Amino acid sequence: MSILINKDTKVITQGITGKTGQFHTEKCIEYANGKNCFVAGVNPKKAGESIFGVPIYASVKEAAAETGSTVSVIYVPPAGAAAAIWEACEADIDLAICITEGIPVRDMLEVRNKMKQKVAAGGKETLLLGPNCPGLITPDEIKIGIMPGHIHRKGRIGVVSRSGTLTYEAVGQLTEIGLGQSSAVGIGGDPINGLKHIDVMRMFNDDPDTDAVIMIGEIGGPDEAEAARWCKDNMKKPVVGFIAGVTAPAGKRMGHAGALISGGEDTADAKLAIMEECGFTVTRNPSEMAKLLKAML
Amino acid sequence: MKIHEYQAKELLRKYGVVTPRGIPCFSVDDAVKAAEELGGKIWVVKAQIHAGGRGKGGGVKLAKSIDEVKALAGEILGMQLITHQTGAEGQKVRRLLIEEGADIQKEYYVAALTDRATQSVAMMASSEGGMDIEEVAAKTPEKIIKVFVDPLVGLTDAQATELATGIGVPAGSVDKAVDALKKLYTCYMETDASLAEINPLILEGNGNIKALDAKFNFDSNALYRHPEIVEYRDLDEEDADEVEASKYDLAYISLDGNIGCLVNGAGLAMATMDTIKLFGASPANFLDVGGGATTEKVTEAFKIMLQNPKVKGILVNIFGGIMRCDTIATGVVAAAKEVNLSVPLVVRMKGTNEDIGKKILAESGLPIISADSMAEAATKVVEAVK
Repeated sequence: MSILINKDTKVITQGITGKTGQFHTEKCIEYANGKNCFVAGVNPKKAGESIFGVPIYASVKEAAAETGSTVSVIYVPPAGAAAAIWEACEADIDLAICITEGIPVRDMLEVRNKMKQKVAAGGKETLLLGPNCPGLITPDEIKIGIMPGHIHRKGRIGVVSRSGTLTYEAVGQLTEIGLGQSSAVGIGGDPINGLKHIDVMRMFNDDPDTDAVIMIGEIGGPDEAEAARWCKDNMKKPVVGFIAGVTAPAGKRMGHAGALISGGEDTADAKLAIMEECGFTVTRNPSEMAKLLKAML
Repeated sequence: MKIHEYQAKELLRKYGVVTPRGIPCFSVDDAVKAAEELGGKIWVVKAQIHAGGRGKGGGVKLAKSIDEVKALAGEILGMQLITHQTGAEGQKVRRLLIEEGADIQKEYYVAALTDRATQSVAMMASSEGGMDIEEVAAKTPEKIIKVFVDPLVGLTDAQATELATGIGVPAGSVDKAVDALKKLYTCYMETDASLAEINPLILEGNGNIKALDAKFNFDSNALYRHPEIVEYRDLDEEDADEVEASKYDLAYISLDGNIGCLVNGAGLAMATMDTIKLFGASPANFLDVGGGATTEKVTEAFKIMLQNPKVKGILVNIFGGIMRCDTIATGVVAAAKEVNLSVPLVVRMKGTNEDIGKKILAESGLPIISADSMAEAATKVVEAVK
């Protein structure tokens, strides 16, 4: 097993005809069972055509109805990305994965509240991963997103992180010392996003094929602290934690829109302390994440 | 993106929030003319820099005659204003705001900002206006009240009234405060601000409510739809290297240390900085070359890092994913040759085409120190700059 996706998942790609969408769709199709997983694309202007053998539909709703897809991945440029998320949500998709970086915060605020409103009114909940994330992968089964597939190995360690390359770093270290991954999830670097550390930690906790987790965070926001506090009472598996940004100055946006210290518990030091209190094995040396984890197994 | 106080007030007035009358000035002559035009018997001469704490630093003064306006404008314009937000060297004052005096009876604090945890807009207010709000939050947190606004609904009358009465606005002025709060909220949303703060919001003797000082930050992801806000950008207030880097789509931030770092990915860039610190030195910058780095981008990144005279060594840390290590290696070699690199360079490469990348570096004839892990790279660069 794995979390969220596996070799049988059927995926729609929104923004499949754009440069980024095309590039990554091709790589995703090439990876493991990708050829059977990526079954539809969306572009109202190119409906009826196909790309890499993947048929293009006019809307997510139509694509889902025709192919039975339950997951959608979004590469739509920033100005239209929030609308694309909402389209996936209105089509009652199970999981929308938004790769797009640079979406205005107000657009995300509005779409997140619309999604909550829909659920409150009895509508089906669509989970959102991202935006501004690398996506997620279940090694040797399916990769949805922009991560390099070849660094992963199938195994029993979960990885969750806000940062793309830092996820790859953790995965690379694990693979190098012979530990494979159950799933690796990038939740994205934006301040207003969908799934948070706590949600993914819950899933890893419930997944019988995950034995331990590397949880990586960074400065800004309360999410890592919230997840750590939940883990203290609920997590049955060992966790190694790392927070990037001990050296980041306050008030400066460090690349990611969400990586900004604005006071209180959102510094790296504060988060590391909370994670340690909550039973994580924390490190200040990102080069030893996998080594520490191995020692705990 | 930040803007000046006078620009913030211009925005607020556009949305109907009352402010004192004022005129921005770039010279002492302009300041005198502005005071004459405003009339009255009392003026405030205010330094316009992006950093806060201007009053305490001596950048805000009261003038009781035109001669005094002239003297104060001459004193403040061109000064290196040092505040708790500028650093020790201060920020040069290039613009002034000359404003009419106000009849301050009471000072409040109000602000709008995006709350990550609730995914809503937090409207905050406090009876302790005119002070540093971080200080109020630390010492008397009970004096800050908050309401969370659903962006699909907007700030309701009930919420605005809760804030106004909660901070002690007298009954006769509550309607005016509610009006100001609702307009502040609208302005915050429509301009895609990430922070909109009025501190202080004042109560005048006649019961009027006015914004005496204001500060805005804007979401840089949304600037594409706000050319009117982009017009407000003042490059003099920004770090020259950061401005230069932004032209090449590089995320760069100047820091105090002596080791330049060039990394792909924001999280890995921070982790690299942290590792340098862990092994006993300090990073000179944060630099994320992003996912689509080209030889040109890498060369520019090297030039920008080396403009900093404090840089004694460089650490390149790349996790090749979509971006291949050989592309970066070619870029690093070209850049090192073009800038005649004279400081030690440590390169750590992992991931896609790692072996080809390492070969390119080894065969370049350049004295590049290679490392396998982030920790090893940091150890080697720290050793090299000793």
